[in-house]
Amino acid sequence: MTPANPKLKNRLGESLSGAHIIWEALVREGVEVCFGYPGGAIMPAYDAMIEYPIHHVLTRHEQGASHMADGYARASGQVGVCIATSGPGATNLVTGIATAMLDSIPMVCITGQVPSALIGSDAFQETDITGCTIPVTKHNYLVTNAEQIAPTIREAFYIARSGRPGPVVVDITKDAQQQSCVLEWSDEEIVLPGYRPDYAPLAEQLEEAVELIKNAKRPIIFAGHGIIKSQGTEALMKFVEKTNIPVACTLLGLGGFPANHPRNLGMMGMHGETWVNKAIQDADLIMAVGMRFDDRVTGNLKTYAPNAKKIHVELDPAEINKNVHADVPIVGDARAVLQELLPHVDKCDRPDWLAYIDQIKGDSAVRDIKNLPDLGKLYAAHVIHDLYRFTEGKALVVTDVGQHQMWEAQYYKHDYPRKLITSGGLGTMGFALPAGIGAKFAQPGDSVWVICGDGGFQMTQAELSTCAQEGIKVNVAIINNGFLGMVRQWQEFFFGGRYVATPLLSPDFVKIAEAHALTGIRVEKRSEVEDAVRKAEATEGTVVIDFRVEQEDSVYPMVPAGANLHEMIERPHKPGSHSHNPIFETGEDE
Amino acid sequence: MSQSVKRTFAVFVEDKPGVLNRVASLFRRRSFNIDSLNVGATQEPGVSRMTIVCDADENKAKRIEANLYKMVNVLWVDDITHKQTINRVLALIKVNCNREQRDEVLKICDVFRARAIDMSPDRVTIEITGPQDKVEGLVSVLRPFGILELVQTGTVAMTRGVEKHDLAHPTVPASRSSAA
Repeated sequence: MTPANPKLKNRLGESLSGAHIIWEALVREGVEVCFGYPGGAIMPAYDAMIEYPIHHVLTRHEQGASHMADGYARASGQVGVCIATSGPGATNLVTGIATAMLDSIPMVCITGQVPSALIGSDAFQETDITGCTIPVTKHNYLVTNAEQIAPTIREAFYIARSGRPGPVVVDITKDAQQQSCVLEWSDEEIVLPGYRPDYAPLAEQLEEAVELIKNAKRPIIFAGHGIIKSQGTEALMKFVEKTNIPVACTLLGLGGFPANHPRNLGMMGMHGETWVNKAIQDADLIMAVGMRFDDRVTGNLKTYAPNAKKIHVELDPAEINKNVHADVPIVGDARAVLQELLPHVDKCDRPDWLAYIDQIKGDSAVRDIKNLPDLGKLYAAHVIHDLYRFTEGKALVVTDVGQHQMWEAQYYKHDYPRKLITSGGLGTMGFALPAGIGAKFAQPGDSVWVICGDGGFQMTQAELSTCAQEGIKVNVAIINNGFLGMVRQWQEFFFGGRYVATPLLSPDFVKIAEAHALTGIRVEKRSEVEDAVRKAEATEGTVVIDFRVEQEDSVYPMVPAGANLHEMIERPHKPGSHSHNPIFETGEDE
Repeated sequence: MSQSVKRTFAVFVEDKPGVLNRVASLFRRRSFNIDSLNVGATQEPGVSRMTIVCDADENKAKRIEANLYKMVNVLWVDDITHKQTINRVLALIKVNCNREQRDEVLKICDVFRARAIDMSPDRVTIEITGPQDKVEGLVSVLRPFGILELVQTGTVAMTRGVEKHDLAHPTVPASRSSAA
């Protein structure tokens, strides 16, 4: 396991401080970059850091550090690492930890803790961070002596990356950092008596699945995050090319199956494509792979996919039968299960089912506003569609949460895994910019585009300063509509149009960029989009583009929370029904 | 949907700080309501055994089991609801009891195989062990005398046969792969 890092002096058997041992352990776990913010209880560790080949990124807020570690992990598939001090430093990480937990992101968070003799005394900057994070971590540790540091960090990495990944907090008291002990490091396989991350599927369940697939007339595969995490894209492609079963993706599954593949249907759920949700409701078999039937995916469970048998392939047994009853549960790794099933399933053309889906897709195409004229206005969907075109679909896109996130999912077509990073489960506003910075550290060769709203951007805008200090380049596309757009949309649809606390006065984002000695661009017309995107790509250093889009546009289609999946609110397209929005008039394809 | 019944889980956990907190936190977070939770040592050093009683239907019980297994410190989970088990709670009951009533109270104790363990001129303290319903039976009979104080433990439970839980090397039961 230990990577032979040539930059690491061999100090095994030497007496070192706990602070040094933290870095010894991190380097041995392959860590090259960590994101953090110093403070009293973690100062010994920071003091020792300078001796080790790890690049530390100073963030502007610990929340930024945890999102950066998360973005780094999502872009690389490796464990992301963040570090913070006790008390407020540790609690500021919690939003990022919960974000990682809900999306199963491998992350190790090192926090300082007050000296062990002071624990429980309400000492300065003391919080019980292990207590706080029990519900939002996969596991956590409080370390109170130097001897425990190396084995605990090793265990933390093992737990974070194995099985269904997740964040692990290691809280280390200041005295443990200051004590010395002999550095020992074991490369033996870790065996935790109560922890079994890997499950092999049962033969009879695989057989039952094969039988269901053989008899299905209207099957759909659901590709979830598990496809990406298990590196199962190729296995899924082979499976689909043999069986011709169409694939619908969850938000976090986008990119796990190529968007431009003929069998790809698109995204399912609350803001999924109408034809996808209709096909789900008409299907006679759902084979869900590496996903958890979130309420944003299913809508009303009582009427969900009423005619479909369900095969649920999932690594975490606790997800089986949680929301949706599985006729055939298969507990195992997504890629491994697909590979095991492949030789046993039949080749099939399914002309009727595919033609039927094509037909319902045709019915829905009118809502596809990229095919509609902009009439001189700047629509967010157009901005994202143009971004997709001018980056040739090759950007690593990191989104925030809200309307722009859904438009991104609808209009930026991802053909490759790990090229879309978004906070799906927790829906954390403020995620995009720091996660984008983390992703850029993981994939320096990628063109990283951070797409966010004017609301979310301002939550973590201070990290622009991190970009400037690190000299790192991300392109930030602010979809600026002057509202907290998704909440405004719900107010329009469900709260009588009362826009309470959603109109948003923002600073001049171009000047904000310039204040950081970065480049700012404003775009007010669709004709300016291409130049702005190309200029951003060509400019050295982080660029912020302020896209001043239509203020009261909404994301369609929409399944209201808890409603039946097939009862979607579609973009109104009768002229006059929404007179303030002329986009509904049909137009020619661009 | 199957019916919600009182479920009893025997849960073997590592004897480490905070494990009780983790288990309790899991039940709270997932809205699994705990009726009683008892924890204590086992024959194996470093391993504690919890007996957890809660209301759950069949599906919820499976989810409780699966979620317990997800915890790093949980070694073994056994849903013993439908197994032949011995279930015991211990209760101490302090009742009003003057000289005239004493014989009657002590006879009641005999019937329930409870014991008087402390006595003063106007009260008596009774110890009873047994299944929860037996304790409740005794309490209802004693209530007319005036119960001054009542304390009871949660249930501890053990299966009747020999269940081999090789605690030093626990393995995952095959049934876990069929979480349905």
